[in-house]
Amino acid sequence: MSSAPEYRPDITHEISTETLEVIAQPLTGFARLYDNGAFRKTVLLVLLAVIWEVYARLLASPLLFPTFSATVAALGTGLASGELPRAATYTLSLLIKGYVAGLAIAALLTAFASATRLGADLLETLTAMFNPLPSIALLPLALIWFGLGDGSVIFVLVHAVLWAVALNTFSGFKSLSPTLRMVGQNYGLSKLSYIAKILIPGAFPSILTGLKVGWAFAWRTLIAAELVFGVSSGSGGLGWYVFENKNQLLIPEVFAGLLTVIAFGLIVENLIFKSIEARTIKRWGMTS
Amino acid sequence: MPETPSTSALLSVRAVTLQYRSKEHLITATYRVSFDVLRSDRFVLLGPSGCGKSTLLKAVGGYIAPVEGEVTLNGMRIDTPGPDRAFVFQEFDQLLPWKNVRDNICFALTASGKLRRREAVDVAMHYIEKVGLTKFATSFPHTLSGGMKQRVAIARAMAMEPAILLMDEPFAALDALTREKMQEELLALWAETKFTVLFVTHSIPEAIRIGNRILLMSAHPGQAKAEINCSGSDDVDADGKLLSSRIQESLFGRSAAQGDLKHV
Repeated sequence: MSSAPEYRPDITHEISTETLEVIAQPLTGFARLYDNGAFRKTVLLVLLAVIWEVYARLLASPLLFPTFSATVAALGTGLASGELPRAATYTLSLLIKGYVAGLAIAALLTAFASATRLGADLLETLTAMFNPLPSIALLPLALIWFGLGDGSVIFVLVHAVLWAVALNTFSGFKSLSPTLRMVGQNYGLSKLSYIAKILIPGAFPSILTGLKVGWAFAWRTLIAAELVFGVSSGSGGLGWYVFENKNQLLIPEVFAGLLTVIAFGLIVENLIFKSIEARTIKRWGMTS
Repeated sequence: MPETPSTSALLSVRAVTLQYRSKEHLITATYRVSFDVLRSDRFVLLGPSGCGKSTLLKAVGGYIAPVEGEVTLNGMRIDTPGPDRAFVFQEFDQLLPWKNVRDNICFALTASGKLRRREAVDVAMHYIEKVGLTKFATSFPHTLSGGMKQRVAIARAMAMEPAILLMDEPFAALDALTREKMQEELLALWAETKFTVLFVTHSIPEAIRIGNRILLMSAHPGQAKAEINCSGSDDVDADGKLLSSRIQESLFGRSAAQGDLKHV
């Protein structure tokens, strides 16, 4: 048994595609349903609602923990009376003002940071200083500066949005591949169109993360600001709605208010950000 | 040894010294390299890694300024990147991931101000057809294979109809079978349009296959060692030596000529 393996003749196969069985088989109905993220999440939500209802009934203390059905009923009356939509609209309009202002300032700061080294140092230092500072902690100061009104709330909102967005955008710019930079230069783009056509789309995954984080920070800050200083302006927002109903011990209404806050969070995350994501970074294969 | 630049030269590199800075050192990448590229040349820069051939190509691209000497294209000094020198990189990520194949090419044409969007689409489709990707015109880059991405990059560069194409080891990251096919396709495209290309590679067989003129470079710092003609095949010269072994001798000295040092 010392010699090479025994001799085998060459083999040539005839390749044909005619007799092939089905290669792609459709999935079963359940498998397809289960693949749908929206379906899975809806099931989870329903499950959570059921647990809530069962627990609250067992607890039987509506003042501490109203049932899901009572909350939904309160939500219904709140919506029907127009009180809840008004509060929500007020909160949202304030939020959007602060968010947009924050984005604009973040864009300026990032542009400065990516244009000069000193700007980059400034952005890094400012972010290190102010990002850990909870926005709500600035509200007392803002009330002194801007008085009892929307101005102070917008000020803290800008603070909440600015650092997260600027930091993420800038790190996205920095991590853009050198090859793409050279491609942009190769075709003779001007400085501005280089930013618009190469830097921003190239850094879009980070920018989107910044937008999401900024949105969450802004939302939290706003509700907190309204809860604490809701009186700061004439008509109250959602936070004020919660606070006021708590004072009157209308606990299902408190829950309804909180539920509205949660609903907005879910809608923005799942409808707006998810669809931006699907149209951009998912489509471009830029998700890590 | 400043030679008089030949008048018919399209691209002229004159005694170019290139340096770049690392954290601690100032590194000389190339030292007084000179060569001329004529119209319709397939000019190859060949050398081991560290000979500064890619750096030299980037200087021609206008990304790096020489510390000594100058690069001229059609008699004009090169100091910035520009669309008259279309670059094809080695990296697959040179396509903009947020644009599909067709729009990647259109982008190059419109961003450079060469064409309007509508005309650009026609030109883009023409070159996409040339590289055989018509079916994938609306696909996004991340859905393509490496070879297809490089084809798109080549189509994009060719669509610019630049004075010279700069290719920085465009096939180095491909598998061997795809690489051979791409070399063939590049030569076929050249036969059609007779574009001028400056091609960087570290592979001797690739240089022989692609080039009609090969500049051999030595490393640390990169210097021009020889400039030889090439017919596209590994011919035997009058001394009975294969072109490839002549190149190897020139690059690595006699000891390596036996073929025990294929890649350095």
